[in-house]
Amino acid sequence: MTAKPKIVVGLGTCGIAAGGREIYNAIEKALTENNIDAELTQTGCIGACENEVLVDIAKPGQPRISYGKVTEEKIGEVVTNHLLHDKIDREFALGKIGEGELSAEYDDLPYFFTDLPFYEKQVRLCLRNCGFINPEKIDEYVERDGYQALKQVITEMKPEEVVEVIKSSGLRGRGGGGFSTGMKWQFTMNAVGDKKYVVCNADEGDPGAFMDRSILEGDPHSVMEGMAIAGYAVGADEGYIYCRAEYPLAVNRLKMAIEQAKEKNFLGDNIFGTDFSFNLKVKEGAGAFVCGEETALLMSIEGKRGMPRPRPPFPANEGLFGKPTCLNNVETFANVPVVILDGPEKFASIGTEGSKGTKVFALTGSINRTGLAEVPMGITLEEVVYDVAGGIIDDGKFKAVQAGGPSGGCIPEDLLHLPIDYDSLTEAGAMMGSGGLVVMGEDTCMVDIARYFLSFTQIESCGKCTPCREGTKRMLEILERIVAGEGKPDDIEKLKTLGEAISATALCGLGQTAPNPVLTTLRYFQEEYEQHIFDKRCVAGICVDLMFYLIDAELCNGCGRCRKACPVSAISGDKKEVHVIDKETCIKCGVCVEKCKQEAISLQS
Amino acid sequence: MKAENDLNYAAIDNIYDTWKSQKGALIPMLQEMQEEFGYLPRTALEYLAKKLHQPISQIYGVCTFYSQFHLKPRGKHIIRVCQGTACHVRGIAKIATALEEELEVPVGDTTEDLLFTYESVACVGCCGLAPVMMIDDVTYGRLNAAAVPDILKKYEGGEGNDS
Ligand SMILES: Cc1cc2nc3c(=O)[nH]c(=O)nc-3n(C[C@H](O)[C@H](O)[C@H](O)COP(=O)(O)O)c2cc1C
Ligand code: FES
Repeated sequence: MTAKPKIVVGLGTCGIAAGGREIYNAIEKALTENNIDAELTQTGCIGACENEVLVDIAKPGQPRISYGKVTEEKIGEVVTNHLLHDKIDREFALGKIGEGELSAEYDDLPYFFTDLPFYEKQVRLCLRNCGFINPEKIDEYVERDGYQALKQVITEMKPEEVVEVIKSSGLRGRGGGGFSTGMKWQFTMNAVGDKKYVVCNADEGDPGAFMDRSILEGDPHSVMEGMAIAGYAVGADEGYIYCRAEYPLAVNRLKMAIEQAKEKNFLGDNIFGTDFSFNLKVKEGAGAFVCGEETALLMSIEGKRGMPRPRPPFPANEGLFGKPTCLNNVETFANVPVVILDGPEKFASIGTEGSKGTKVFALTGSINRTGLAEVPMGITLEEVVYDVAGGIIDDGKFKAVQAGGPSGGCIPEDLLHLPIDYDSLTEAGAMMGSGGLVVMGEDTCMVDIARYFLSFTQIESCGKCTPCREGTKRMLEILERIVAGEGKPDDIEKLKTLGEAISATALCGLGQTAPNPVLTTLRYFQEEYEQHIFDKRCVAGICVDLMFYLIDAELCNGCGRCRKACPVSAISGDKKEVHVIDKETCIKCGVCVEKCKQEAISLQS
Repeated sequence: MKAENDLNYAAIDNIYDTWKSQKGALIPMLQEMQEEFGYLPRTALEYLAKKLHQPISQIYGVCTFYSQFHLKPRGKHIIRVCQGTACHVRGIAKIATALEEELEVPVGDTTEDLLFTYESVACVGCCGLAPVMMIDDVTYGRLNAAAVPDILKKYEGGEGNDS
């Protein structure tokens, strides 16, 4: 359609962090200098974080070429070569998108979404627009069927019918719990109240997860459209998006999107000329993990300390300001327009018996291809780790994958054949969670990981209930002494007893799931705990207190630099002779390693 | 601290007026006040409490609950190292050690010259580029410890917003 060539720069938070703005400016400069008339625009995250900064260039009638890992120095050349000389720089080109004529010389360029291993197994429903549209321009969303689902719903369907469609699609909440979205809408629809609300949970507190951020930054309208449809179904005329303050770009794009949607009357009063009205506001969080929990989140919107309260009553009956409230996650809402437009049957045809559709995962850790991937439910963990994410970096060996963040667990190699769905992950002691998958290689210490997660939940515990406030603290103390080499023989038993007690008695999901990382690592990696406690060894080489410095006799030339630098005189040896470190005296400060020019000193476990 | 006596009360009045008609607006009011003063001075909170007819204890409770609010003055630039899982697995500990050495203050503190406040954050959502830190609104990804001093230098000689 565009007669001008189009250049699109990926400017999500990760694109910007990788230097996207500088690239954008460099392209602008190259265009002016060479008098090229082209449209330069931006888009959200396409998911291939490993290849940031990403730039796509399309000439009219030609497929769009995606370039990755471009540099500020080279990008000008890449652009001019492509636009003026039809030359594609193979150093940066990743693949082509769409059809069109291209010189035969480039026939071998892979198709981005079907040929590149990262995308081959993906099915992009939620992320359908991410990386394609400029999120700051509503017209680009509308061009791709944006707000058509809303129109269809409010002009042709009754609220009960909408609820029925969502129910029959099998869509379950993507925020962690996996509750049936249709059921939740039905409860809110049936609840009695003069006023009702729709709330979107965009708190995304799990460290290692960034799916919701990418959707909000890359395609904010899809979430807003889903919310408006929910509003129609449950009978609400007002909605809030609760977004964590750590996501400034997402907040800005949402605010911009709301203004634009109001102008077009997709939000506001009498939408599409009907008597349905719906208004949206953005609320910024203020940095508290527990505010991701629904009742705490509602408290926080009300301007109070975000402390959870016991349920029932559920928000569907008594939510924001005491009114019936339909609360869903970002990704859940983003799925809604797809369900309506494609029909519930098509949605339900993807996935497994109990889990329908797709799930977006944030793939991170020790893997070759980090990024955002949307895969069909039921795909195995193995396919995700090896086929999509490209396996462990530096040909390392896989050890575990952590799913579900601080509430989830670590899954070992022999369970990699598990299909990804709500139920099998829960059975393995982990959980779907919000969708963070952190892959860990042999150089990760499982005891340290358990300690890491527990210290996170311990700090974030709101302090309201005793099992969580005190229990997690006791567990953390035990883990801290184990990694410090002071573990006691009955520590493993103690951890299990405490963990199970906290799971059973804590007030909210935070406490109930806090022991999961410890319990799963105990279940699958108990021998590693035993090595720490009984042999005082950390095989992964992470727990410094269990390690010692050793001078390699082959490499040491007896220069004496380390001996002089050691603050506690733990190193001895004559000039030109091999030196040794006294393990008892050594305080493991590591100064000797820095001083040694022979690289003869290293940490050993 | 002496600044507390000549607080800009008009600014608080303005913030209060913008938000007073909205339900549950305490948090955005505090956010804007912090934007104005850099932190939340006690006198400012007392003044707001009077206007809201709320006990100061309730407001204080909200301030201390959320990690975003600060009751003490802060540095000109805010450094946030990511403590998220991806960053943990990809070695953020080494970056943190390097920062501590350069800044000579522990996490949670401000350097003596009030140039930097050194904090940690749960995850900045750039896990694909781990390990990650933020200085003000700029995110630095794919870090290694050796790069830390150079990054800090950009902020030491006056402005640091060139990147
Ligand atoms: C400690 C804790 C943190 C949570 N954090 C989030 C979060 O960051 N995002 C989210 O969508 N749901 C989170 N949840 C789940 C919500 O309570 C709620 O179940 C969910 O938002 C409902 O939406 P859904 O049905 O669409 O999944 C959290 C729950 C707990 C217990
Ligand atoms: S874990 Fe560091 S950015 Fe997410």
